Amino acid sequence: MEIFLQEGLVLLKAALWAVALSLVMALVAGFLTYLERKVAGHMQARLGPNRVGPYGLLQFVADGVKLFLKEDLIPSDADAPLFRFGPYLVFVGSFAVFAVLPFGERIVATDLNIGLFYVLAITSIETVGLLMAGWASNNKWALLGAMRSAAQSISYEIPVGVSFLIPIVLAGSMSLQGIIHAQAGGFGLLGWNVFHNPFSLAAFFVGCTAMVAEINRTPFDLPEAESELVAGYNTEYSGMRFAFFFLAEYANIFVISMIAAAIFLGGWQLPSPFKDILPFGLVGSFVLLAKAAVLVFIVLWLRWTLPRVRVDQLMEVCWKYLTPMALVCLMGTAVWMWAFPGRIFFGLFGTA
Amino acid sequence: MYTVVPLLILFVLSSVTAIVFVLANRLLGPQAMTPSKLEPFECGVEVYGPVRQPLHVRFYLVALLFVLFDVESVFFFPWAVILKDLGLVAGVEMLAFLLFLVGALAYAWKKGALEWD
Repeated sequence: MEIFLQEGLVLLKAALWAVALSLVMALVAGFLTYLERKVAGHMQARLGPNRVGPYGLLQFVADGVKLFLKEDLIPSDADAPLFRFGPYLVFVGSFAVFAVLPFGERIVATDLNIGLFYVLAITSIETVGLLMAGWASNNKWALLGAMRSAAQSISYEIPVGVSFLIPIVLAGSMSLQGIIHAQAGGFGLLGWNVFHNPFSLAAFFVGCTAMVAEINRTPFDLPEAESELVAGYNTEYSGMRFAFFFLAEYANIFVISMIAAAIFLGGWQLPSPFKDILPFGLVGSFVLLAKAAVLVFIVLWLRWTLPRVRVDQLMEVCWKYLTPMALVCLMGTAVWMWAFPGRIFFGLFGTA
Repeated sequence: MYTVVPLLILFVLSSVTAIVFVLANRLLGPQAMTPSKLEPFECGVEVYGPVRQPLHVRFYLVALLFVLFDVESVFFFPWAVILKDLGLVAGVEMLAFLLFLVGALAYAWKKGALEWD
């Protein structure tokens, strides 16, 4: 009886987490579509959305309602089953990552012991969904966009994977919470993985560049380069199915920012006097979200600063620069750990 | 097991949400198909030639390289987790493997597999 009760509690908790995370994803992705237009507006000396609600804050709700009222169109020559299934894969793939995102010291849906590996694996599902959608559309733009997207995502997965290895090496754990725990000390700042040694500092930049490319953001947004491919893989989509691609794209911006903040920028680590001001380590949660917000802003900022790269440049950056750099960083970190064991902040201090 | 159950529930719930959303879209949206609306979009011009043409071989080359390097980087994950507890020998062995990987990349580079023209 007691066992049943315990399992029931686990199931209930999991179900609550699932509901909460779906709300978080919908809100975050919706808010980011608003934020992107607001940032874009102000960078181009205009206002951005400002009609629906205060400061236009309800714009994404209006957009969502509009998408529900659109015609769900499936082109006559399209491969209907694949055309229908593709968006689901993209949506579920980007949503599933939220399960391992740490939102605070004690706030995480499920702290998998293979956390980072799971992130790498599950995000690849999205590539399959994009490829499916593009091929099934029976449209030249969509097919080219999907092929480019697949080539880009799988190429950039290698620098991303290798740069994920550096925090894993430093923490001795693949769990995201474990990696954050290992960044303790140094007043909640010097213990960050990014400050551990010169190679991990480089790995942070390599990893962030590669992650931006992996989610097909500008300046690496060739799959949907609107000046050459109309809209890439989602050219033929409308209504909710289109919304899934859109939602996944913006949720991904948040996901990569959270992961970078967690594995390189110390996550929710704080100096101990500040840790227990609020219950559940909520101060840490705010710190983590603030770090992620800064990274999100940088991703949005990039779009209005850097021009889109060419396809050959894109592949060159990945294979000839980022991949060797990531491999060198991995080697360097391993050697550094052997040379200066148990030391933080560029090997200057003993473990605090 | 307790870490996997939330994942499964999450998968199920997100799939159900997605399906419900699409069904709602079907119910709420108009359904007025016309033959020209159902044509593939090609900038307003009539569709020219077959769409699913053979693709350039470089896409397959990238896929091959990806499989090689991704599988090899997967080997590093268990090693990275226990690197702290491993002796010097295991560390050096894996670094030798890493050097092989760099060598393989250099070979692919020299063979022109990384060129996109």
